Amino acid sequence: MDVQAIRAQFPILQQQENGRPLVYLDSAATAQKPLCVIEALDRYYREQNANVHRGVYGLSERATELYEGARETLRAFLNARSTREIVFVRGATEGINLVASSFGQLLQPGDEVIISEMEHHSNIVPWQLLRDRFDIVLKVLPINDVGELQLDALDALLSERTRLVAITHMSNALGTINPVKAIVDKAHAAGAKVLLDGAQAVPHMPVNVQTLECDFYVLSGHKMYGPTGIGVLYAREELLEKMPPYQGGGDMIYSVTFEKTEYNVLPYKFEAGTPHIAGAIGLAEAAKWMEQLGRQAIFHYEHDVLTYATEQLQEIEGLRIIGTSEHKGGVISFIVDGAHPHDMATLMDQDGIAVRASHHCTMPVMQHFNVPATVRASLGVYNSKEDIDRLVASINEARDMLL
Amino acid sequence: MDYTVPEKNIEDVQRELVQMFNRYDNWKDRYKLLIDMGKKLQDMPEEYKTEANRIHGCQSQVWLHTEEHDGRLFFQGMSDAAIVSGLVAMLLRVYNGRTPEEILKAPLDFLKEMGLLQHLSPNRANGLYHMIKRIQKEAKEALIRQIKAKQQTH
Repeated sequence: MDVQAIRAQFPILQQQENGRPLVYLDSAATAQKPLCVIEALDRYYREQNANVHRGVYGLSERATELYEGARETLRAFLNARSTREIVFVRGATEGINLVASSFGQLLQPGDEVIISEMEHHSNIVPWQLLRDRFDIVLKVLPINDVGELQLDALDALLSERTRLVAITHMSNALGTINPVKAIVDKAHAAGAKVLLDGAQAVPHMPVNVQTLECDFYVLSGHKMYGPTGIGVLYAREELLEKMPPYQGGGDMIYSVTFEKTEYNVLPYKFEAGTPHIAGAIGLAEAAKWMEQLGRQAIFHYEHDVLTYATEQLQEIEGLRIIGTSEHKGGVISFIVDGAHPHDMATLMDQDGIAVRASHHCTMPVMQHFNVPATVRASLGVYNSKEDIDRLVASINEARDMLL
Repeated sequence: MDYTVPEKNIEDVQRELVQMFNRYDNWKDRYKLLIDMGKKLQDMPEEYKTEANRIHGCQSQVWLHTEEHDGRLFFQGMSDAAIVSGLVAMLLRVYNGRTPEEILKAPLDFLKEMGLLQHLSPNRANGLYHMIKRIQKEAKEALIRQIKAKQQTH
Protein backbone atom coordinates (compact mmCIF):
# COMPACT_ATOMS: atom_id res chain seq x y z
CA MET A 1 0.00 0.00 0.00
CA ASP A 2 1.56 3.29 -1.14
CA VAL A 3 0.20 5.62 1.54
CA GLN A 4 1.76 8.73 0.00
CA ALA A 5 0.00 8.03 -3.31
CA ILE A 6 -3.25 7.53 -1.42
CA ARG A 7 -2.81 10.75 0.60
CA ALA A 8 -2.22 12.68 -2.62
CA GLN A 9 -5.80 11.82 -3.65
CA PHE A 10 -7.28 13.61 -0.63
CA PRO A 11 -7.27 17.40 -1.10
CA ILE A 12 -8.17 18.06 2.54
CA LEU A 13 -5.07 16.23 3.79
CA GLN A 14 -2.89 18.82 2.03
CA GLN A 15 -4.31 21.47 4.38
CA GLN A 16 -2.79 22.96 7.49
CA GLU A 17 -4.64 23.15 10.78
CA ASN A 18 -3.43 25.70 13.34
CA GLY A 19 -0.30 26.12 11.25
CA ARG A 20 0.57 22.41 11.20
CA PRO A 21 -0.11 19.80 8.51
CA LEU A 22 -3.40 18.14 9.37
CA VAL A 23 -3.25 14.68 10.96
CA TYR A 24 -6.79 13.43 10.58
CA LEU A 25 -7.57 10.69 13.09
CA ASP A 26 -11.37 10.93 13.25
CA SER A 27 -12.38 8.69 10.36
CA ALA A 28 -14.74 6.70 12.60
CA ALA A 29 -16.81 9.90 12.78
CA THR A 30 -16.50 10.58 9.06
CA ALA A 31 -13.88 9.70 6.49
CA GLN A 32 -12.28 12.24 4.17
CA LYS A 33 -13.16 12.07 0.48
CA PRO A 34 -10.85 11.14 -2.40
CA LEU A 35 -10.77 13.36 -5.46
CA CYS A 36 -12.68 10.82 -7.60
CA VAL A 37 -15.70 11.08 -5.25
CA ILE A 38 -15.57 14.88 -5.19
CA GLU A 39 -15.32 14.92 -8.99
CA ALA A 40 -18.21 12.48 -9.41
CA LEU A 41 -20.45 14.85 -7.41
CA ASP A 42 -19.21 17.86 -9.34
CA ARG A 43 -19.74 16.11 -12.67
CA TYR A 44 -23.23 15.00 -11.71
CA TYR A 45 -24.40 18.51 -10.84
CA ARG A 46 -22.63 20.15 -13.80
CA GLU A 47 -23.53 17.69 -16.53
CA GLN A 48 -25.91 14.93 -15.47
CA ASN A 49 -28.53 16.34 -13.08
CA ALA A 50 -32.16 15.39 -13.73
CA ASN A 51 -34.78 13.59 -11.70
CA VAL A 52 -34.79 9.83 -11.97
CA HIS A 53 -37.44 7.25 -12.87
CA ARG A 54 -39.79 9.74 -14.51
CA GLY A 55 -38.32 11.65 -17.41
CA VAL A 56 -38.66 10.37 -20.95
CA TYR A 57 -35.94 12.72 -22.12
CA GLY A 58 -32.34 11.66 -22.50
CA LEU A 59 -30.88 13.56 -19.57
CA SER A 60 -33.31 11.97 -17.11
CA GLU A 61 -32.75 8.53 -18.58
CA ARG A 62 -29.00 8.96 -18.18
CA ALA A 63 -29.40 10.13 -14.57
CA THR A 64 -31.59 7.08 -13.93
CA GLU A 65 -28.94 4.82 -15.43
CA LEU A 66 -26.29 6.37 -13.18
CA TYR A 67 -28.48 6.04 -10.09
CA GLU A 68 -29.44 2.45 -10.82
CA GLY A 69 -25.84 1.73 -11.83
CA ALA A 70 -24.83 2.93 -8.37
CA ARG A 71 -27.28 0.46 -6.87
CA GLU A 72 -25.68 -2.35 -8.88
CA THR A 73 -22.22 -1.24 -7.71
CA LEU A 74 -23.35 -1.40 -4.08
CA ARG A 75 -25.01 -4.76 -4.68
CA ALA A 76 -21.73 -6.15 -5.96
CA PHE A 77 -19.83 -4.41 -3.14
CA LEU A 78 -21.91 -6.28 -0.52
CA ASN A 79 -22.48 -9.34 -2.74
CA ALA A 80 -26.26 -9.15 -2.34
CA ARG A 81 -28.23 -11.51 -4.59
CA SER A 82 -30.19 -8.78 -6.32
CA THR A 83 -30.50 -4.99 -6.55
CA ARG A 84 -34.01 -5.46 -5.13
CA GLU A 85 -32.24 -6.03 -1.82
CA ILE A 86 -30.35 -2.71 -1.91
CA VAL A 87 -32.36 0.20 -0.45
CA PHE A 88 -30.74 3.63 -0.50
CA VAL A 89 -31.21 5.43 2.83
CA ARG A 90 -29.62 8.47 4.48
CA GLY A 91 -27.16 6.36 6.46
CA ALA A 92 -26.89 3.47 8.90
CA THR A 93 -29.07 5.32 11.42
CA GLU A 94 -31.94 5.63 8.96
CA GLY A 95 -31.44 2.03 7.88
CA ILE A 96 -31.91 0.83 11.45
CA ASN A 97 -34.88 3.14 11.98
CA LEU A 98 -36.45 1.81 8.79
CA VAL A 99 -36.14 -1.78 10.02
CA ALA A 100 -37.35 -0.91 13.53
CA SER A 101 -40.31 0.99 12.13
CA SER A 102 -41.30 -1.41 9.35
CA PHE A 103 -40.12 -4.90 10.39
CA GLY A 104 -41.15 -3.78 13.89
CA GLN A 105 -44.79 -3.71 12.78
CA LEU A 106 -44.60 -7.45 12.18
CA LEU A 107 -43.78 -8.05 15.87
CA GLN A 108 -46.24 -8.93 18.61
CA PRO A 109 -46.25 -7.67 22.21
CA GLY A 110 -43.82 -9.83 24.18
CA ASP A 111 -41.60 -10.55 21.16
CA GLU A 112 -37.93 -9.99 21.89
CA VAL A 113 -35.14 -8.01 20.30
CA ILE A 114 -31.55 -8.53 21.45
CA ILE A 115 -28.95 -5.76 21.17
CA SER A 116 -25.56 -5.48 22.88
CA GLU A 117 -23.93 -3.27 25.47
CA MET A 118 -21.48 -1.90 22.89
CA GLU A 119 -24.08 -0.54 20.47
CA HIS A 120 -24.04 3.01 19.17
CA HIS A 121 -27.09 4.95 20.36
CA SER A 122 -28.41 4.52 16.79
CA ASN A 123 -28.81 0.82 17.45
CA ILE A 124 -30.36 1.30 20.90
CA VAL A 125 -32.85 4.14 20.69
CA PRO A 126 -34.89 2.91 17.66
CA TRP A 127 -35.52 -0.35 19.55
CA GLN A 128 -36.50 1.52 22.71
CA LEU A 129 -38.98 3.55 20.67
CA LEU A 130 -40.35 0.28 19.27
CA ARG A 131 -40.54 -1.20 22.78
CA ASP A 132 -42.53 1.80 23.98
CA ARG A 133 -44.92 1.56 21.02
CA PHE A 134 -45.49 -2.18 20.77
CA ASP A 135 -44.51 -3.63 24.16
CA ILE A 136 -41.70 -5.72 22.80
CA VAL A 137 -38.94 -6.86 25.15
CA LEU A 138 -35.43 -5.47 24.70
CA LYS A 139 -32.54 -7.62 25.94
CA VAL A 140 -28.90 -6.62 26.15
CA LEU A 141 -25.90 -8.88 25.49
CA PRO A 142 -23.11 -7.78 27.87
CA ILE A 143 -19.46 -7.11 27.09
CA ASN A 144 -16.37 -8.18 29.02
CA ASP A 145 -13.51 -6.05 30.34
CA VAL A 146 -11.46 -6.13 27.14
CA GLY A 147 -14.50 -4.88 25.27
CA GLU A 148 -15.70 -8.08 23.60
CA LEU A 149 -19.22 -9.46 23.46
CA GLN A 150 -19.85 -12.22 25.96
CA LEU A 151 -20.94 -14.61 23.26
CA ASP A 152 -21.75 -17.40 25.75
CA ALA A 153 -24.44 -15.21 27.27
CA LEU A 154 -26.25 -15.06 23.92
CA ASP A 155 -27.54 -18.63 24.28
CA ALA A 156 -29.33 -17.74 27.50
CA LEU A 157 -30.80 -14.56 26.00
CA LEU A 158 -32.16 -16.25 22.86
CA SER A 159 -35.63 -17.66 23.29
CA GLU A 160 -38.52 -18.76 21.12
CA ARG A 161 -39.80 -15.19 21.39
CA THR A 162 -36.60 -13.67 19.95
CA ARG A 163 -37.43 -12.11 16.59
CA LEU A 164 -34.30 -10.10 15.94
CA VAL A 165 -30.69 -9.79 17.07
CA ALA A 166 -29.31 -6.33 16.19
CA ILE A 167 -25.56 -6.10 16.71
CA THR A 168 -22.74 -3.95 15.46
CA HIS A 169 -20.19 -5.58 13.16
CA MET A 170 -17.47 -3.35 14.64
CA SER A 171 -17.60 -1.06 17.67
CA ASN A 172 -17.07 2.65 17.03
CA ALA A 173 -15.92 3.28 20.62
CA LEU A 174 -13.76 0.20 21.24
CA GLY A 175 -12.72 -0.97 17.80
CA THR A 176 -13.78 -4.55 18.54
CA ILE A 177 -14.69 -6.61 15.49
CA ASN A 178 -17.47 -8.94 16.56
CA PRO A 179 -17.77 -12.63 15.59
CA VAL A 180 -20.88 -11.85 13.60
CA LYS A 181 -21.05 -15.12 11.67
CA ALA A 182 -21.24 -17.05 14.95
CA ILE A 183 -23.97 -14.67 16.14
CA VAL A 184 -25.92 -15.15 12.92
CA ASP A 185 -25.69 -18.94 13.27
CA LYS A 186 -26.86 -18.91 16.88
CA ALA A 187 -29.70 -16.49 16.16
CA HIS A 188 -30.88 -18.40 13.10
CA ALA A 189 -30.81 -21.67 15.05
CA ALA A 190 -33.20 -19.99 17.50
CA GLY A 191 -35.41 -18.77 14.64
CA ALA A 192 -34.44 -15.09 14.97
CA LYS A 193 -33.39 -12.67 12.21
CA VAL A 194 -30.14 -10.71 12.42
CA LEU A 195 -29.40 -7.07 11.67
CA LEU A 196 -25.75 -6.06 11.48
CA ASP A 197 -24.73 -2.43 11.90
CA GLY A 198 -21.89 -2.13 9.43
CA ALA A 199 -21.28 1.61 9.72
CA GLN A 200 -17.81 1.03 11.21
CA ALA A 201 -16.90 -2.30 9.62
CA VAL A 202 -17.48 -1.51 5.95
CA PRO A 203 -14.72 1.12 5.64
CA HIS A 204 -12.12 -1.29 6.99
CA MET A 205 -12.73 -4.81 5.65
CA PRO A 206 -14.43 -6.95 3.01
CA VAL A 207 -18.13 -7.54 3.73
CA ASN A 208 -20.11 -10.27 1.98
CA VAL A 209 -23.73 -10.51 3.11
CA GLN A 210 -24.16 -13.96 1.58
CA THR A 211 -21.23 -15.38 3.52
CA LEU A 212 -22.39 -13.66 6.70
CA GLU A 213 -25.94 -14.90 6.01
CA CYS A 214 -27.34 -11.89 7.88
CA ASP A 215 -30.88 -10.71 7.18
CA PHE A 216 -30.22 -6.96 7.36
CA TYR A 217 -26.99 -5.01 6.95
CA VAL A 218 -26.72 -1.22 7.16
CA LEU A 219 -23.91 1.13 6.19
CA SER A 220 -23.20 4.87 6.01
CA GLY A 221 -21.62 6.26 2.87
CA HIS A 222 -19.71 9.07 4.55
CA LYS A 223 -17.71 6.68 6.72
CA MET A 224 -16.48 4.75 3.66
CA TYR A 225 -15.05 7.76 1.79
CA GLY A 226 -18.40 8.64 0.18
CA PRO A 227 -20.73 11.64 0.58
CA THR A 228 -22.82 12.40 3.66
CA GLY A 229 -26.56 11.77 3.60
CA ILE A 230 -26.42 8.46 1.73
CA GLY A 231 -26.21 4.90 2.96
CA VAL A 232 -27.49 1.44 2.24
CA LEU A 233 -29.90 -0.94 3.86
CA TYR A 234 -29.36 -4.46 2.58
CA ALA A 235 -32.27 -6.76 3.42
CA ARG A 236 -33.31 -10.17 2.20
CA GLU A 237 -35.88 -9.83 -0.54
CA GLU A 238 -38.47 -12.06 1.13
CA LEU A 239 -38.33 -9.86 4.25
CA LEU A 240 -38.67 -6.63 2.30
CA GLU A 241 -41.68 -8.15 0.52
CA LYS A 242 -43.39 -8.79 3.86
CA MET A 243 -42.48 -5.47 5.45
CA PRO A 244 -44.87 -2.50 5.16
CA PRO A 245 -43.53 0.75 3.60
CA TYR A 246 -41.54 3.05 5.86
CA GLN A 247 -42.49 6.41 4.38
CA GLY A 248 -45.07 7.41 1.80
CA GLY A 249 -44.56 9.66 -1.18
CA GLY A 250 -43.48 9.72 -4.79
CA ASP A 251 -41.42 6.94 -6.33
CA MET A 252 -42.63 4.32 -3.82
CA ILE A 253 -46.07 3.87 -5.36
CA TYR A 254 -47.38 2.10 -8.40
CA SER A 255 -50.81 3.69 -8.52
CA VAL A 256 -52.73 6.03 -6.26
CA THR A 257 -56.43 6.69 -5.96
CA PHE A 258 -58.06 8.15 -2.87
CA GLU A 259 -59.43 4.70 -2.09
CA LYS A 260 -56.31 2.62 -2.54
CA THR A 261 -52.60 2.87 -3.21
CA GLU A 262 -50.58 0.10 -4.79
CA TYR A 263 -46.97 0.10 -3.79
CA ASN A 264 -44.11 -0.04 -6.19
CA VAL A 265 -41.86 -3.08 -6.53
CA LEU A 266 -38.67 -3.54 -4.54
CA PRO A 267 -36.58 -1.68 -3.67
CA TYR A 268 -38.64 1.42 -4.63
CA LYS A 269 -41.35 0.57 -2.10
CA PHE A 270 -38.86 1.82 0.52
CA GLU A 271 -37.56 4.87 -1.32
CA ALA A 272 -40.22 7.57 -0.97
CA GLY A 273 -39.54 10.92 -2.61
CA THR A 274 -36.73 12.02 -4.88
CA PRO A 275 -33.72 10.06 -3.70
CA HIS A 276 -30.24 11.43 -2.98
CA ILE A 277 -29.16 10.80 -6.57
CA ALA A 278 -25.82 12.56 -6.37
CA GLY A 279 -25.09 10.86 -3.05
CA ALA A 280 -25.73 7.39 -4.50
CA ILE A 281 -23.46 8.14 -7.47
CA GLY A 282 -20.74 9.45 -5.14
CA LEU A 283 -21.10 6.44 -2.87
CA ALA A 284 -20.71 4.07 -5.82
CA GLU A 285 -17.54 5.94 -6.78
CA ALA A 286 -16.22 5.49 -3.22
CA ALA A 287 -17.04 1.76 -3.32
CA LYS A 288 -15.18 1.39 -6.61
CA TRP A 289 -12.25 3.33 -5.17
CA MET A 290 -12.07 0.98 -2.18
CA GLU A 291 -12.29 -2.06 -4.46
CA GLN A 292 -9.41 -0.72 -6.52
CA LEU A 293 -7.24 -0.57 -3.42
CA GLY A 294 -8.62 -3.93 -2.34
CA ARG A 295 -10.54 -4.24 0.90
CA GLN A 296 -8.38 -7.06 2.18
CA ALA A 297 -5.30 -4.92 1.47
CA ILE A 298 -6.93 -1.98 3.30
CA PHE A 299 -7.58 -4.22 6.30
CA HIS A 300 -4.00 -5.49 6.42
CA TYR A 301 -2.49 -2.04 5.98
CA GLU A 302 -4.67 -0.48 8.69
CA HIS A 303 -4.02 -3.40 10.99
CA ASP A 304 -0.32 -2.77 10.64
CA VAL A 305 -0.75 0.93 11.55
CA LEU A 306 -3.10 -0.01 14.40
CA THR A 307 -0.56 -2.43 15.85
CA TYR A 308 2.16 0.23 15.62
CA ALA A 309 -0.12 2.82 17.25
CA THR A 310 -1.10 0.44 20.05
CA GLU A 311 2.56 -0.32 20.83
CA GLN A 312 3.50 3.36 20.81
CA LEU A 313 0.55 4.48 22.95
CA GLN A 314 1.19 1.77 25.52
CA GLU A 315 4.59 3.35 26.15
CA ILE A 316 2.96 6.56 27.42
CA GLU A 317 2.85 6.71 31.20
CA GLY A 318 -0.64 6.79 32.66
CA LEU A 319 -2.33 6.04 29.35
CA ARG A 320 -4.97 3.34 29.37
CA ILE A 321 -6.43 1.91 26.18
CA ILE A 322 -10.16 1.19 26.45
CA GLY A 323 -10.96 -1.80 24.26
CA THR A 324 -8.12 -4.29 24.03
CA SER A 325 -9.62 -7.17 22.11
CA GLU A 326 -7.31 -9.11 19.81
CA HIS A 327 -9.87 -8.59 17.05
CA LYS A 328 -9.89 -4.88 16.36
CA GLY A 329 -10.25 -2.49 13.47
CA GLY A 330 -8.60 0.92 13.26
CA VAL A 331 -9.93 2.52 16.44
CA ILE A 332 -8.00 3.32 19.62
CA SER A 333 -9.93 4.77 22.56
CA PHE A 334 -7.88 5.86 25.53
CA ILE A 335 -7.76 7.93 28.66
CA VAL A 336 -4.78 9.52 30.36
CA ASP A 337 -4.80 9.48 34.16
CA GLY A 338 -5.51 12.95 35.53
CA ALA A 339 -6.22 14.51 32.14
CA HIS A 340 -9.72 15.23 30.91
CA PRO A 341 -10.32 13.94 27.35
CA HIS A 342 -11.69 17.35 26.25
CA ASP A 343 -8.51 19.07 27.42
CA MET A 344 -6.37 16.49 25.63
CA ALA A 345 -8.24 16.89 22.33
CA THR A 346 -8.20 20.69 22.55
CA LEU A 347 -4.46 20.81 23.09
CA MET A 348 -3.85 18.20 20.38
CA ASP A 349 -5.92 20.29 17.97
CA GLN A 350 -3.31 23.05 18.41
CA ASP A 351 -0.79 20.59 16.95
CA GLY A 352 -3.02 19.90 13.94
CA ILE A 353 -4.17 16.52 15.30
CA ALA A 354 -7.89 15.83 14.86
CA VAL A 355 -9.14 13.29 17.39
CA ARG A 356 -12.51 12.96 19.02
CA ALA A 357 -13.11 13.32 22.75
CA SER A 358 -16.57 12.28 23.85
CA HIS A 359 -18.75 9.37 24.84
CA HIS A 360 -18.90 8.53 21.11
CA CYS A 361 -22.69 8.04 21.30
CA THR A 362 -22.05 4.89 23.34
CA MET A 363 -22.87 5.97 26.89
CA PRO A 364 -23.41 2.35 28.07
CA VAL A 365 -19.83 1.53 27.00
CA MET A 366 -18.52 4.53 28.97
CA GLN A 367 -20.55 3.36 31.98
CA HIS A 368 -19.12 -0.15 31.65
CA PHE A 369 -15.56 1.18 31.79
CA ASN A 370 -16.50 3.83 34.37
CA VAL A 371 -15.20 6.80 32.38
CA PRO A 372 -17.16 9.91 31.31
CA ALA A 373 -15.50 10.03 27.91
CA THR A 374 -12.42 8.85 26.03
CA VAL A 375 -10.07 10.29 23.47
CA ARG A 376 -10.47 8.32 20.27
CA ALA A 377 -7.99 8.13 17.43
CA SER A 378 -9.52 6.33 14.46
CA LEU A 379 -7.78 5.37 11.25
CA GLY A 380 -8.45 5.65 7.57
CA VAL A 381 -6.39 4.09 4.84
CA TYR A 382 -4.64 7.47 4.39
CA ASN A 383 -3.07 7.44 7.86
CA SER A 384 0.65 6.71 8.04
CA LYS A 385 2.99 5.70 10.83
CA GLU A 386 4.28 9.30 10.74
CA ASP A 387 0.74 10.36 11.72
CA ILE A 388 1.01 8.05 14.72
CA ASP A 389 4.40 9.51 15.68
CA ARG A 390 2.89 13.00 15.67
CA LEU A 391 -0.09 11.71 17.65
CA VAL A 392 2.20 10.27 20.31
CA ALA A 393 4.33 13.43 20.52
CA SER A 394 1.19 15.53 20.87
CA ILE A 395 -0.27 13.30 23.61
CA ASN A 396 2.99 13.57 25.54
CA GLU A 397 3.05 17.35 25.27
CA ALA A 398 -0.59 17.69 26.27
CA ARG A 399 -0.04 15.36 29.19
CA ASP A 400 2.94 17.40 30.41
CA MET A 401 0.87 20.58 30.26
CA LEU A 402 -2.08 19.10 32.11
CA LEU A 403 -0.37 17.15 34.87
CA MET B 1 -14.05 31.08 51.87
CA ASP B 2 -11.54 33.88 51.54
CA TYR B 3 -13.23 37.28 51.91
CA THR B 4 -10.29 39.43 50.83
CA VAL B 5 -11.49 42.50 48.93
CA PRO B 6 -9.58 43.03 45.64
CA GLU B 7 -7.34 46.10 45.45
CA LYS B 8 -7.65 46.77 41.75
CA ASN B 9 -10.84 47.73 39.98
CA ILE B 10 -12.49 45.47 37.40
CA GLU B 11 -11.23 47.41 34.36
CA ASP B 12 -7.62 47.17 35.54
CA VAL B 13 -7.88 43.44 36.16
CA GLN B 14 -9.42 42.93 32.74
CA ARG B 15 -6.68 45.00 31.09
CA GLU B 16 -4.03 42.92 32.87
CA LEU B 17 -5.63 39.70 31.70
CA VAL B 18 -5.68 40.90 28.10
CA GLN B 19 -2.01 41.92 28.31
CA MET B 20 -0.98 38.68 29.95
CA PHE B 21 -2.84 36.65 27.37
CA ASN B 22 -1.69 38.57 24.33
CA ARG B 23 1.94 38.27 25.36
CA TYR B 24 1.77 34.81 23.74
CA ASP B 25 1.13 34.54 20.05
CA ASN B 26 0.24 30.87 19.91
CA TRP B 27 -2.78 29.28 21.43
CA LYS B 28 -0.99 26.39 23.00
CA ASP B 29 0.87 28.81 25.27
CA ARG B 30 -2.37 30.65 26.00
CA TYR B 31 -4.01 27.39 26.97
CA LYS B 32 -1.00 26.66 29.15
CA LEU B 33 -1.58 29.98 30.91
CA LEU B 34 -5.25 29.14 31.47
CA ILE B 35 -4.43 25.63 32.69
CA ASP B 36 -1.91 27.00 35.19
CA MET B 37 -4.43 29.58 36.42
CA GLY B 38 -6.93 26.77 36.87
CA LYS B 39 -4.44 24.70 38.85
CA LYS B 40 -4.11 27.57 41.35
CA LEU B 41 -7.84 27.62 42.08
CA GLN B 42 -8.65 26.96 45.70
CA ASP B 43 -9.72 23.34 46.25
CA MET B 44 -13.48 23.16 46.25
CA PRO B 45 -15.03 21.28 49.17
CA GLU B 46 -17.23 18.36 48.08
CA GLU B 47 -20.27 19.88 49.82
CA TYR B 48 -20.17 22.79 47.36
CA LYS B 49 -20.46 20.45 44.38
CA THR B 50 -24.24 20.39 44.52
CA GLU B 51 -26.73 20.21 41.70
CA ALA B 52 -27.77 23.80 42.52
CA ASN B 53 -24.17 24.95 42.10
CA ARG B 54 -23.66 23.08 38.83
CA ILE B 55 -23.62 25.20 35.71
CA HIS B 56 -25.55 23.61 32.89
CA GLY B 57 -24.74 24.19 29.26
CA CYS B 58 -21.10 23.15 29.65
CA GLN B 59 -19.78 19.90 28.15
CA SER B 60 -17.64 19.24 31.18
CA GLN B 61 -18.81 19.53 34.78
CA VAL B 62 -18.55 23.01 36.30
CA TRP B 63 -19.55 24.15 39.76
CA LEU B 64 -19.78 27.67 41.14
CA HIS B 65 -20.40 28.37 44.82
CA THR B 66 -21.47 31.90 45.79
CA GLU B 67 -21.48 33.69 49.15
CA GLU B 68 -22.47 37.25 49.97
CA HIS B 69 -20.29 38.94 52.58
CA ASP B 70 -20.42 42.58 53.61
CA GLY B 71 -22.33 43.53 50.46
CA ARG B 72 -19.88 41.80 48.16
CA LEU B 73 -20.07 38.51 46.28
CA PHE B 74 -17.41 35.84 46.77
CA PHE B 75 -17.13 32.85 44.49
CA GLN B 76 -15.44 29.52 44.50
CA GLY B 77 -15.50 27.44 41.35
CA MET B 78 -13.94 24.53 39.51
CA SER B 79 -14.38 22.07 36.68
CA ASP B 80 -13.30 18.49 36.06
CA ALA B 81 -11.58 19.75 32.90
CA ALA B 82 -8.41 21.82 33.15
CA ILE B 83 -9.03 24.42 30.45
CA VAL B 84 -12.51 25.09 31.77
CA SER B 85 -11.06 25.43 35.29
CA GLY B 86 -8.74 28.03 33.78
CA LEU B 87 -11.71 29.93 32.38
CA VAL B 88 -13.34 29.79 35.84
CA ALA B 89 -10.13 31.13 37.41
CA MET B 90 -10.02 33.95 34.88
CA LEU B 91 -13.62 34.96 35.62
CA LEU B 92 -13.05 34.80 39.39
CA ARG B 93 -10.08 37.13 39.02
CA VAL B 94 -12.48 39.65 37.46
CA TYR B 95 -15.59 39.13 39.56
CA ASN B 96 -14.56 37.80 42.95
CA GLY B 97 -15.12 40.15 45.90
CA ARG B 98 -17.06 42.75 43.88
CA THR B 99 -20.34 44.42 44.73
CA PRO B 100 -23.37 43.34 42.67
CA GLU B 101 -23.38 46.74 40.91
CA GLU B 102 -19.75 46.36 39.88
CA ILE B 103 -20.44 42.89 38.48
CA LEU B 104 -23.50 43.98 36.54
CA LYS B 105 -21.82 47.08 35.12
CA ALA B 106 -18.59 45.31 34.11
CA PRO B 107 -18.00 45.32 30.33
CA LEU B 108 -17.29 42.01 28.60
CA ASP B 109 -15.04 43.37 25.85
CA PHE B 110 -12.00 41.75 27.42
CA LEU B 111 -13.15 38.31 26.24
CA LYS B 112 -13.05 39.53 22.66
CA GLU B 113 -9.74 41.34 23.18
CA MET B 114 -8.24 38.13 24.50
CA GLY B 115 -9.49 36.40 21.34
CA LEU B 116 -11.31 33.87 23.49
CA LEU B 117 -14.71 34.23 21.89
CA GLN B 118 -13.25 33.84 18.43
CA HIS B 119 -10.95 30.92 19.23
CA LEU B 120 -12.86 28.72 21.67
CA SER B 121 -14.94 25.93 20.17
CA PRO B 122 -18.65 26.83 20.04
CA ASN B 123 -19.30 24.35 22.88
CA ARG B 124 -16.71 25.94 25.16
CA ALA B 125 -17.68 29.51 24.24
CA ASN B 126 -21.22 28.52 25.12
CA GLY B 127 -20.00 27.15 28.44
CA LEU B 128 -18.16 30.40 29.16
CA TYR B 129 -21.33 32.33 28.35
CA HIS B 130 -23.30 30.21 30.83
CA MET B 131 -20.70 30.83 33.55
CA ILE B 132 -20.94 34.59 33.07
CA LYS B 133 -24.73 34.40 32.99
CA ARG B 134 -24.65 32.57 36.32
CA ILE B 135 -22.39 35.17 37.92
CA GLN B 136 -24.65 37.97 36.65
CA LYS B 137 -27.72 36.15 37.92
CA GLU B 138 -26.20 35.81 41.38
CA ALA B 139 -25.36 39.53 41.26
CA LYS B 140 -28.88 40.49 40.24
CA GLU B 141 -30.40 38.46 43.06
CA ALA B 142 -27.95 39.92 45.59
CA LEU B 143 -28.73 43.44 44.39
CA ILE B 144 -32.45 42.86 44.85
CA ARG B 145 -31.81 41.50 48.34
CA GLN B 146 -29.69 44.51 49.22
CA ILE B 147 -32.27 47.00 47.93
CA LYS B 148 -35.05 45.25 49.86
CA ALA B 149 -32.94 45.26 53.04
CA LYS B 150 -32.27 48.99 52.62
CA GLN B 151 -35.99 49.71 52.17
CA GLN B 152 -36.79 47.82 55.36
CA THR B 153 -34.31 49.83 57.45
CA HIS B 154 -35.81 53.10 56.19
